[in-house]
Order: sequence, then structure tokens, then C-alpha cells
Amino acid sequence: MSRPAPVASGARDQVARLLTLVPFLHHRDGVRLDDAAQLLGTSSDQVLRDLKVLFMCGLPGGLPGDLIDVDLDAIQTEQGSAITEGVIRVENADYLQRPLRLSATEASAIIVALRMLRDTSTGETRALVGRVLEKLEGAVATTAAAHVDVTPSPRDVEQVAIADRTRELNDAVAAGKQVRLTYYVPSRDEESDRVVDPRGVVSHGVFSYLDAWCHRAEGERLFRLDRITKLEVLDAEVATDPQPPRDLSSGLFTDVEGPDDVVVTLRLAPEARWATEYYPVKDVRIDPDGTAEVDLVVVDRTWLTRLLMRLAPYAEVVRPAGITEVFIARAQETLSLYD
Amino acid sequence: MPAPKSERLLNLLIMLLVQRRPIAKERIRELLYPDSRPDAFEKMFERDKDELRSLGVPVDVAAVDPLFDDEVGYRIPPEAFALPDIELTPEEAAVVGLASRVWQHATMAQATSDAVRKLSAAGIDVDLDALDIAQPLLTAEEPAFETCWLAVCERMAIEFDYQRPGTDAPRTRHVQPWGVVRYAGRWYVVGHDRERDAERVFRLSRVQGDVRLVGPPGAYEVPPDTDVRAIARRMAPPTPTEHAVLLVREGAGHGFRRSAARVEVGVPGPDEVSRWDRVELLRPAMGLADEVLAHGSDVVLLEPEPVRRRVIERLEQVVA
Repeated sequence: MSRPAPVASGARDQVARLLTLVPFLHHRDGVRLDDAAQLLGTSSDQVLRDLKVLFMCGLPGGLPGDLIDVDLDAIQTEQGSAITEGVIRVENADYLQRPLRLSATEASAIIVALRMLRDTSTGETRALVGRVLEKLEGAVATTAAAHVDVTPSPRDVEQVAIADRTRELNDAVAAGKQVRLTYYVPSRDEESDRVVDPRGVVSHGVFSYLDAWCHRAEGERLFRLDRITKLEVLDAEVATDPQPPRDLSSGLFTDVEGPDDVVVTLRLAPEARWATEYYPVKDVRIDPDGTAEVDLVVVDRTWLTRLLMRLAPYAEVVRPAGITEVFIARAQETLSLYD
Repeated sequence: MPAPKSERLLNLLIMLLVQRRPIAKERIRELLYPDSRPDAFEKMFERDKDELRSLGVPVDVAAVDPLFDDEVGYRIPPEAFALPDIELTPEEAAVVGLASRVWQHATMAQATSDAVRKLSAAGIDVDLDALDIAQPLLTAEEPAFETCWLAVCERMAIEFDYQRPGTDAPRTRHVQPWGVVRYAGRWYVVGHDRERDAERVFRLSRVQGDVRLVGPPGAYEVPPDTDVRAIARRMAPPTPTEHAVLLVREGAGHGFRRSAARVEVGVPGPDEVSRWDRVELLRPAMGLADEVLAHGSDVVLLEPEPVRRRVIERLEQVVA
């Protein structure tokens, strides 16, 4: 996300680069022209031009000892082009050996980033980030940083956890190790332990999935990372041939057991119409009275009963027969617990 | 041939930085602007000073002779110019590297990189890939964010058109911004609203069009002890939460259990089919009844009472 190196750089930017470069050189030996270019996010040619300006600067007076000395012969050819591997030597610039303090924007940007890092981490990492923050806040204290505040949202915290898990799983894939995971399926209110041969982490939409061979299901399965509640990389080697994860660009595979799909038609009152945006529906027909008839492909009857309960009493089954009875029995059973 | 501007700026900086006492303007002219006419010098010197200040270089103005204040001079105090010494262990330096990848906003990412670069220049070796820790990503998609941030850093007044929900047209607001706050994934600016003469919080996603900077930097002081987080929280209340108490059947209700504040295992339940646990949690009020109903006879809601009544009503309507 860095900006492209400016071609014709302004005087101000040139001074800024030199104020960074001189102290950088002061703290290190043998810095090459291309190292400096990398640090400053610019080209070797530009650093050479910058150093030629530095060469003309120094204390007022113009006596030989007053000017900053730059060994230009080491970094440019006789024709004047840059020698990228040439080592930069600058002398007589002691008064510039410390970098310029952070601007208000720089200080608050890095402090806010560190606070975010601290507030989304746990344990030792949190303590480590806390120490860095304390040191930086002490040194670059600006009133601006005090007036910028970031509270991580639950989603931020989850995103960090997912990134952590992705790395752990990809490491396991690279090492060819099996993984034991506890997987939670909200639609069935079910938590299960499985041992899998991980193949890789893939994204689809806003979610990340682990593609793996599941030894419990004896088949390929996708596991949504945010639903993996526990994860352990085992010492055991994977038992299936390594394969790259499946390409999800054309949609999710339905990891279902058995081809017993049923198309179910529901009538939804306005209170339950939101469900058409949340669940995959085949067709929606909206009636003038505000109700909607929707067709759903249902692979799991338990899931359907849970959906009907969630929408109760604003959803009824139009077809097929037999589902309503199960639903009403479930509602009756539930209601009896409230006596 | 006149010296290039960058050379002149750097020489000016060095000259002002090595002085123990403020140096008179006339002396600066003799040394660094020898060939310029007086009015041209005035202009050039003003501009050069401003450019140095815009880089963050503190150029102080003070009397040349403390006993006579009729002649002012200029100086850059080294202690205010330079970054103070910061000692970081290699592991701590790696954290700084990690922080430089948090911002997902071009200008803020650039500002963080610039800060990291200065820390590197101070002798800290920042290895960008040394730590095997996942970092959060901080976004700011609201177009108003950047100018508001700048205004807070520089203490500059701003004006913008603001669309309040439920109103027909946006209205122009004039604000001295005190701070920007990110809360529940959204950015807000907190400040003093000039027309209303009171503190206000504005959600940046409701700002229409550009935020305009009005007037010079450092135009006002943020009242001492201002806690922008507290103000934002007071004025932009979070989503209402409910303290829910549930009876959950053994081996079920994993979603509730995962976010539970307290679980009491093995309590008297509504049936003898299985063991029951008492689960307490804090969660958004919205959707609580739906979630409880979806669990059917595995979950019984005890509190809050109004939601419990609602669950019972909904079940009765199905059974009726």
C-alpha cells in the first residue's frame, strides 16, 4: 500500500529523506545505495541525487571543515550513474545524527495501530505489545494520539483469530500433519470431534474454509474456520494423498450425506420475510397481501424444523405434507417445558 | 547560480539547529540568502520556514538578546527537533513491524510507514516478518475520515454537510474536532459544534460530500480531561444488550454455551430426560427469542421475563 516513488521529488520530500537517511547511516555500517533506496521507498538514482544535495550542505561559513562530506566516488560511476551496491559514507554531519521526531499524524497512526494490536491479542502477545506502546507513548507523546480512540469490534477480534487459525492450518498442510478439530454446526446445534487431513484454507464470500479429508465422514469436507471451536495439529502424518484445496470460485460444494434433497415450499408472513435474504432459496413469490411463498432446497429435516421454530409462528409449510406435524409436535413439546 | 531549494532548506535547518541562541533574521540573510533583495528575502524566508514546519521541524521565534526584545531571532531547539531515544528489544521492534501492517487506509498506512522509517533511522532494526502473530486490520472506508483525522491532529476547525436520520436534507455543521473514535466498527468525530455551542458526536458515514478545513492549525484547545471515548459512548449508545438466563439441556445449546458468562452444571430442569445446565450470558437483545425458539425443547428461557413471555406467546400461536 506504499505510494509509488515520486519521479520529480519536491525539495521538501528530499529534505525529509535526508533527515532520515543521515541518522540511519550513523547507526549502521556498510549501508549500500540500494539498501538506502529500499528504506526510503525510492530508487537508487534518487538517493544519489539526494546525497549530492547533502554534499553541498553544512555549517555556514564555507570553510572546508564546515561542509558535510559524502564519498560520492563510491556510489557513482565516472559518467555519473548510480552504483547500487556502492557503500554510502557520510562524515561531518553529527548534528543530523538523530531523526526528526514523529509528526502528530505519524505518532497517532502508529499508536492507534499498536492499540488495536494490543486490544485484539491475548496473553504474552498482549503484554509484549503493551510494553512497546508504553515506550512509544512515552517518547512520541502527542496530544493528537490521546484524541484518537479505537475500540475493536467483536468482528475485529474474530478476524485476528481466523488469521491465526489460517496460518496454523496452512503450516499443518505444509508439514503434512493431521489435525484434530472440534466443529460446531449451529443449524443442527451439534458439536463434533473429527480428525482430518488438511488440504488448505480457501475463501468464499466473507468466510474462510478449511478443505480437508474428514476421517469421520470418510469424505472431502469444508469446515468454516469461524466454527472450528478447537484445533490441534497432531504428530500423525496425513493418511490420504496430498491434494490442493478445491477451487470455490464457482460456488460452495454441498457437503451432504446422501442425495435426499427435498424442495419445501413455505408461506412467510411479513415478520419472517427477512429469512429469504439469510437462507438459500430457490424461488420467492410475493403476494399482494405482503406474505411470500418461498421454495427451499432442504437436505436436512432437523435444519428445517429449527428454521420453522425460529420463525414461529410466522412461517407455515405449504408442501410437502408431513412436515407441519413434526413442527407442531416440537412446538408443543417446547411449550410444555414452560409450565 | 542560486542554490537549489532543497539545499537552501537543509542549510537553513542546520544553521538554526546548531545555534545555542536565536539567530537574527538579518544574519540569516547574510549567510544564506546573500544575493536576494530585501522584499524577495522576506518572502523566501517565510516560505522556507513554513516548509520546514510542515515537515514537523520546530522553528522557534525568540528575542535575540533576552534583555532587549526589539529584535527577534530564530532557532531550532535540538531536544524538540529530534526523536527521543527509544530502546526496543528485537521482539519489541518486531511488534512495530507488525503494527505497520494494521492500517488498511492508504494515508494512515503511509503515516505508519513513515513513523517506522524514522524509528529505523534511530537505530531500531524493524524486521517486518519476524513475529508469527496475526494482526488486526483497521479500515476507514468513510471518505470523511482522512480530513477529520488531519483536523484532529492539527487542531483545525472543519465544516461539513451532515445528514441526520429522519431528516429531509443535510445541514452544514461547523465543528472544532476534539477526536476521532472507532466504535463497533464505525468511525465518529467528537467535537464542539459552533452553532449549538455544545459537544456533539457525528457518525462519519453520515457526512455528505467533502469535509472542509476552515482556518489555521492550532486554532483552539481541546478542553483538558476530554475523554473522546466516553463522549462517543454516551452520545452514540451501543446496541442494547440483554442479560439472559437459560436452562440448557446437556450436550445442546453450544452457541449459548460458547458466549456464556456463567454456566452452572446440573441444575433442576423442566424434565428428567437429561441433565440441565443453567447458562447466563449478555447478548444483543435483538433476535434472542428467535434463537431460543430455534433450539426447541433443548433450551428454556428464564430471563428476561418479557422475552420469555414473548417466546411462550409465539409457541402458543403455533399450537393453537
